[in-house]
Amino acid sequence: MEILVTGILLGGTYALIALGLTLQYGVARIMNLANGETLVAAGFIAFWLFTSYQVSPLWGLLVIAPVAFAVNWAIYVWLLRPLVDRAKNQGMLEVDSILATFGLLFLFQGLMLRSFGGAYVSYTFLAERFTIFGSPYGLNRVVAFLAAALIGASLWSFLYLTRRGTAVRAVAVNPHSSNLVGIDVAGTAALAFALGGALTACGGTLLSTFYTFNASMGVLFTIKALIIVIMGGVGDVRGAVLAALILGVAETSVASLVDPGLTLSATYALFILVLLFRPQGIFGRQQT
Amino acid sequence: MIRRTMLVLTASVAAFTMATGFAVAQDVLKLGASAPKTGPLAGGAAVTHWPNIKLWIHEVNGRGGLKVGDKRLKVELVEYDDKTSGEEAVKNIQRLATVDKVDFIVSPYGTGLNAATAPIIARHGYPHIAATAATDSVAVFAKRWPNSFWLLGSSTQQAQGAVAALEKARKAGHIGNRVAVVHVADAFGLELIAAGKPALQKAGFEIVYEANYPLGTQDLAPIVSQAKAARPDAFVAFSYPPDTFALTEQAQIQKLEVGAFYVGVGTAFPSYIGRFKDTANGILGIGGVNMASKEMQEYRRKHREVTNAEADYWASAMTYASLQILEQAIERAGTLDRAAVIAEIKKTPAKTVLGELPLADNINHRLWTVGQWQDGVFHGVASTGLEGAREPIRKPAWK
Repeated sequence: MEILVTGILLGGTYALIALGLTLQYGVARIMNLANGETLVAAGFIAFWLFTSYQVSPLWGLLVIAPVAFAVNWAIYVWLLRPLVDRAKNQGMLEVDSILATFGLLFLFQGLMLRSFGGAYVSYTFLAERFTIFGSPYGLNRVVAFLAAALIGASLWSFLYLTRRGTAVRAVAVNPHSSNLVGIDVAGTAALAFALGGALTACGGTLLSTFYTFNASMGVLFTIKALIIVIMGGVGDVRGAVLAALILGVAETSVASLVDPGLTLSATYALFILVLLFRPQGIFGRQQT
Repeated sequence: MIRRTMLVLTASVAAFTMATGFAVAQDVLKLGASAPKTGPLAGGAAVTHWPNIKLWIHEVNGRGGLKVGDKRLKVELVEYDDKTSGEEAVKNIQRLATVDKVDFIVSPYGTGLNAATAPIIARHGYPHIAATAATDSVAVFAKRWPNSFWLLGSSTQQAQGAVAALEKARKAGHIGNRVAVVHVADAFGLELIAAGKPALQKAGFEIVYEANYPLGTQDLAPIVSQAKAARPDAFVAFSYPPDTFALTEQAQIQKLEVGAFYVGVGTAFPSYIGRFKDTANGILGIGGVNMASKEMQEYRRKHREVTNAEADYWASAMTYASLQILEQAIERAGTLDRAAVIAEIKKTPAKTVLGELPLADNINHRLWTVGQWQDGVFHGVASTGLEGAREPIRKPAWK
């Protein structure tokens, strides 16, 4: 039971890391390699708000999410739209966006180094005991999990219950046909990219309450997010959440029952299995 | 992006030094530094390495410069980011030696980067005073490169120090024989466990739980709960800073009550006490200082004033000491001749913030191996050849 709860909590953490990238890659078709840097930057801002102004990271979300939304919107419109416009096909856009966001990664890293220095940063927030079924867990992880659940649920309702959300899904499936039925593809893609950035920033804010991080650690999060997004099926929110939970539970079980040294192996073994038997991801559609 | 900015930066630095360098060519000592500003080791270097270079230059130039013969030379720094990459570090050293033509080089940061650059530093004949390398290969390194000096001891010393601290705690009745040991699966953790396990067994401790975890893991709840299930009297983790923080928080949340709790690298960082505050009391880790020493108090005060940051309680002082060793050897030799300075480092022990450090065999044998947080200060509790060790206290129950 303890393993299951720890694993599910960890899965929530992973979902927070990956949800933003799902939207950015799945809908806006931008393979954002600066995803981890966005996450770390949000963590730094949460840290700064908390230590300098005693603003709780949960209130900090109210500032960080809109700012991240605006910044990512601007990045999409100014930096990435020209790439989208000139791309002749999906493959070309992917290559171009990988190169562009790779550059963005270094820019973000440099800016963070400039403003916050290279040292490890961490603070204590809600590091209290929270008892579930008689075992203690960190309250900050529970809060992060609840937030992940909330974000996941609202994202799902937005995508599946609203008109705008349906448009977003349509663009994810086929940008060209969406255009034909009168969907503003450019606007929708920008919205998805900005929303993805905001989600990643929310994830970073919540993760900073229990992770120690520094300006150079973004790439670790990007890799985790990539695995989850590809496992879940590109562009599918349900898939990403499910993949995150599977990874969380699998890693925790391996660490508890087999050997903590094998957690990474377990992750990649699962990843390879999914790639072998369901290359389109758990919820992915077969390419036509 | 960074590369290009660096290029522009280096170009402007080079142009600047050329413009100003010629007029005062005789009155400047050029010091080269290459260490991580980005990459995995940047977090440690930002605390331990760079501030001490800044502080030392501030101090020396404040005195009017280094006294070489009858001249006073102001120290001028040329610094590069090695991105925590051995290749990049070697290129930087090459550049410092051949393009910038620096007079001396500050040792790089960390075991791997010091080992990677040792051959090229030796080829250019610079003294190489490694303050942040702790590995069992120091004896081999010291023989292979006679220009190199190794201040931070070996992994075996660190691991034996940890066991010695546990023995003290057992003698004082804080703990019994049951020990849980975990380590990060990286060169550092592997070397420490390889030396630590036999030392624990020899001292009569029983290892009731042993595990390792991959580099970069911060989700350590399963490890702590498994360790707790083994009912240990003492918990030992050879961990890196992010996992050191994570293990401490998890142990607190899950109430892993032990009489001795040892984690580190990272325990000696100011950010550790900044985060855990009173909870850190009684926690053991690599490092330690003798706060009774006037020099140490003075050093920490200046560090705070000049760099606006606290020094860490382990390698910070050693990094500063390495620069003091260089400074005193240059002044005694009265020349910028590198071979003469190397000979001088070997000949006369320097007076540093850590006391006298003899380097006759190129290895420093006087160092703190274990420290413990006691009322907000990380006091040394085990050392090899240094005075002022405190008695370890029993780890109080988690709050």
